[in-house]
Amino acid sequence: MQFRNGPIGLVFHTLFILFILAPIVMVCAVAFTSEGFISLPSGGLSLRWFRAILDNPRFVDAFWFSLGLGTLSATLAIGLAVPSALAIARNRFRGREALVAFFLSPLMIPHVVLGLAFLKFFTTVDLAGTYFGLVVAHVILVMPYALRLVLASAAGIDPALERAAQSLGASNWTAFRRVVLPLLLPGVVSGWVIAFITSFDELTMSIFIASPSTTTLPVRIFLHIEDTIDPLVTAVSAVLIYVTIIAIFILDRVVGLEKLFVGKGR
Amino acid sequence: MTARTNPWVLSAPALAVYATFLVVPMALVFLISFFDFQFYGGMQATFTWKNYIEIFSDGYYYEIYARTFGVAAAVTLACLVLGTAEAYVLSRMANPWKGLFLMVVLGPLLISVVVRTLGWALLFGSTGLINKALMGIGIISTPIDLMYSNLGVAIALTHVLVPFMVISVWASLQRINPATEAAALSLGASQFTVIRRVIVPQVMPGILSGAIMVFAMAASSFATPAIIGGRRLKNVATAAYDEFLNTLNWPLGAALAVVLLVATVVVLLSANRIIERRYGAVFNQAGG
Repeated sequence: MQFRNGPIGLVFHTLFILFILAPIVMVCAVAFTSEGFISLPSGGLSLRWFRAILDNPRFVDAFWFSLGLGTLSATLAIGLAVPSALAIARNRFRGREALVAFFLSPLMIPHVVLGLAFLKFFTTVDLAGTYFGLVVAHVILVMPYALRLVLASAAGIDPALERAAQSLGASNWTAFRRVVLPLLLPGVVSGWVIAFITSFDELTMSIFIASPSTTTLPVRIFLHIEDTIDPLVTAVSAVLIYVTIIAIFILDRVVGLEKLFVGKGR
Repeated sequence: MTARTNPWVLSAPALAVYATFLVVPMALVFLISFFDFQFYGGMQATFTWKNYIEIFSDGYYYEIYARTFGVAAAVTLACLVLGTAEAYVLSRMANPWKGLFLMVVLGPLLISVVVRTLGWALLFGSTGLINKALMGIGIISTPIDLMYSNLGVAIALTHVLVPFMVISVWASLQRINPATEAAALSLGASQFTVIRRVIVPQVMPGILSGAIMVFAMAASSFATPAIIGGRRLKNVATAAYDEFLNTLNWPLGAALAVVLLVATVVVLLSANRIIERRYGAVFNQAGG
C-alpha cells in the first residue's frame, strides 16, 4: 500500500527543507565573497577567503589535530566497547542492567558538566592541558555511542554458531576470530564512525580542557566567532561543510545513514 | 572469549576507565560545589551550602534557569510539531525522494553545531537576509533583531535539534502496519481523523522519547546560546562557563552545573518511567 502526500504535506515539506538548508547554504554562499566583511557575493565569486585559510595555519593545524583525536578516541572506545558488549550480550547475570546503564550514563550528563568535571580533575592530578587528558575525556564521551551499536550487533549473533565452530574442532580463539568477529563487524564499523564524528564535532566539553597546544577545530572556530564573525571563519566552516557532504555520501553508501542514526546495526 | 568467560572480567577494562575518569571527576564536581570561594583567597576547602543558597535565592540565577528551561520548552514544542509532521510526510514519500530527503534532514547532524549556528548568525546578523525576506513578503514592516534575542536562540536550537525528533518518530512510524491507516480510510475517516486517531497514538512513544531527548539537549546547550544569545542572554551552560573560565569562581560554577545535572536526570528518568509504564510493550519495540 503506497500512500501519497497531499498538497499541504508537500508545502510543509518544502518549507521544512528550506529551514534545514538555509543556514548551511548561507555559510557556503558568504564564503565566496570578495569583500573584506560579511556579505553575499555580489560582483562574482571569489576564492580569496579560501586562500586565506592556507595563510592561517591555526585552522589547518586544528583540523589535523581533531582528525587525529577523533581517530584515536574512537579506536580506544571501540577497544573498550567490544569485550563489554560481548559480555553483556551473551550472558545473563546479576547487575547486567545496571552495567549497561552505567556504561551509557555519559549520554545523560550535559557536556558542560563533563567539561568542568574533567577540568577540575585534570587540574587536581596535574594533567591539565595535556593531550592524554583530552583523549581520555573524548573516550568517555564517545564510548556510549560505540557501545550501543556494537551491542546491537552482538545481540544479533546466534551463540549456536560459535558452538558449532568449536564442535567442528576450532579452538576458542579461532572460533572467536573467524565466526564472532566477522558477525560483529557491521556494529564495530558503524560504532567507530559515530564515535569519530561525535569526537570530531564536540565543542562544549572540549572548550573547558583544551589548551593552546591542544585546540580542536570546533574550539578554534568557536573562539574565533566569539571574537569576530568574518569571511575567514565562514570559509573554514564552508570547507567543513563540503568535507561533511562528501562523508555523508560515502557513509550512506557504506553504512547507511538511517542505520547509523536509528541505531540498529543491521 | 567464550560464553563461559566471566562477564565482569570482560567488562573490567571499560569499568576501570569509567571508575577513574568518570566517577572520580563527577564526585569532585559535587565536592567543590560545597566549597567556599573568596575573591582574594580563591577556593576554600570547607563545607558550605552558600553556593546553592545563592543560586536559589538570587534573582539573577533564577532568571538564568527560567530562561534556560523556558527556551528549552519552546524548542521542544517546535521540534515536536515540526519533526513529527516532517517524519510523517517523509514516511509517505516514494524512493528515491524518501532516501534523498531523509539524508538532507539527518545529514546536518554530522556538521558541527558551531558551523550550523554560524549560519544562523549570518542570517540574523550582518546580512539581515531574514529581515529582508520577511519585509519583502509583508509579514513585518520594521526589521526585528533576532541576533542576541531569546527567539533567535530558540530558532537556531530548533534547527540544531529537530533532526533528533524526526529520527525518533520515523523509527516508530516504520513499525506501524499500513493496513491500520487503510482500514480507517476505507471506513470513511477523513485524513485528519486518521492522523489524530490512528497514526499519532501509535507513534506516541517515539514522539515522547524524541521530545525528552530534545528537551534535555536544549536545556544543556552551549554553543548556540553562546553565539546567538551573546554575553547578555546567558543560560546555565554559558553561565557555568563564565564562572569557571572568567570569574574563576569554581564552586559556584560547579553548583550551577550540579543543579542542571540533577534537573536533567530527574526529567529524563521520570519521563522514561512514565512512557514505559503507559506504553511499555510498544516502547520496547520502538526503542532504537
